Amino acid sequence: MTTPDSPGVVDARGLRCPAPVIRLARAARDVPAGTELTVLATDPAAVHDVPAWARMRGHELVSSSEDDGVHAITVRTR
Amino acid sequence: MTPQHDDGPARSGVTHTTSGEAAARVFLDAGGRAPLLPQARAAFVEALDQGWADPRRLHTEGRRARMLLDGAREAIASVVGARTEDVDLAPSHTAALHSAVLAVAAGRRRVGSTVVVSAVERAAVHAAADRVAPGARVAVPVDRLGRVELDAFVAAVEGPDVALAALQHANGEVGTLQPVAAAHEAARRAGVPLLVDAGASLGHVAVGPEWDLLAGDAGDWGGPAGIGVLVTRPGVRRSPDRPDDEDRWFPGGVSVPAALAAAVALQVAETDRAAQDGLRRALVDRIRDRVGTDVPDVDVVGDPVDRLPHVVTFSCLYVDGEALVGGLDALGFAVGSGSACTSSALEPSHVLAAMGVLTHGNVRLGLPHDVAARDVDRFLVALPSVVARVRDAFGVAGL
Repeated sequence: MTTPDSPGVVDARGLRCPAPVIRLARAARDVPAGTELTVLATDPAAVHDVPAWARMRGHELVSSSEDDGVHAITVRTR
Repeated sequence: MTPQHDDGPARSGVTHTTSGEAAARVFLDAGGRAPLLPQARAAFVEALDQGWADPRRLHTEGRRARMLLDGAREAIASVVGARTEDVDLAPSHTAALHSAVLAVAAGRRRVGSTVVVSAVERAAVHAAADRVAPGARVAVPVDRLGRVELDAFVAAVEGPDVALAALQHANGEVGTLQPVAAAHEAARRAGVPLLVDAGASLGHVAVGPEWDLLAGDAGDWGGPAGIGVLVTRPGVRRSPDRPDDEDRWFPGGVSVPAALAAAVALQVAETDRAAQDGLRRALVDRIRDRVGTDVPDVDVVGDPVDRLPHVVTFSCLYVDGEALVGGLDALGFAVGSGSACTSSALEPSHVLAAMGVLTHGNVRLGLPHDVAARDVDRFLVALPSVVARVRDAFGVAGL
């Protein structure tokens, strides 16, 4: 279970597009390549925009799931 | 002022009011609601005098209105290659699409209730299909350019219990043309009627004869809002889905002056189509090229070649679509957007989502009839700095 306090978790719940992607991008800038980062978001646009951002930046999409309105999208940084 | 670096936009740094001279407005959001063509306006005013009466009445005034209404249907029929009696006028494009799906599904309910659609059909088509029966809608995916996966579409059409298939002629948000001829051939073989939504195509590109039902939108081709078109080939089984009315498919009928203006606008658009295609296709090429070059981190989406002549869409990474539309509007440019924050819905454009492209920071352009090249050039000069200003406000430099 991913909790907001886990390491590698970016909590963007309650934020609207494009803020979840921006938060994730900030986190990705500060970690070594190959790190797995998970963004938690309630904005449904994040489901589409995080994978599109990963494609544009060369990061790898690992997984995407939803639980009770909270989307958890995990990428591996390049 | 110092931009705040915690995701929130520093609004005052983004929007501003134009000062002093009244800058001329540049309207670049003609998709679905284009400026009224002057000839259509003249026809509308004329018909207010000649065609104000109720076309259902038997007196002279009523018959005159009926004549104008039937003349409008005849003119539209001639453009799309159909019989006048097969053309029904609807109070909106949305109503035309709803009726097409629901009336065919009702007429073919003994065959089944499945409605095969592309994932990028208009919301009206998806919503109507959802009304047919729980789970009735089978949505076929599209590729990155927004084109339906033809093999999957054909396989779905050949499946069991299919009442209707729907494939748009072109996507009005991203411009990509769909493989309608091949889809129609497959549907014909399977004995399934194909609804082709030409709401973004009629008056802009040749639509061709490959359809069983054809929907159109007068507001899109330079006619007045409030007129949709539904053309149904003879032999397509339909059953009314509304309460009985003299106007069987669209109870209450439509405004006669609006119908006449719509028909005149379509004739003008068709007559002028080659010239408008040349003008607008070249400008869209210029926009696609310049935006991709001048704006960092931008996704220019849709098919660059097999597309509508006048539609182009792109998404800017880390940009709030609402701030972008507002910033451009303040400088005099009216543009559309498929980003969630620019719509009343919380969901972003289902078209951009189905394509797997960025949904935020989206700008959608529909170049109107006779668009001025210098206006497009002014937009291209203004855009990069507006994007940069919105990005600065969000503090995303270097991400």
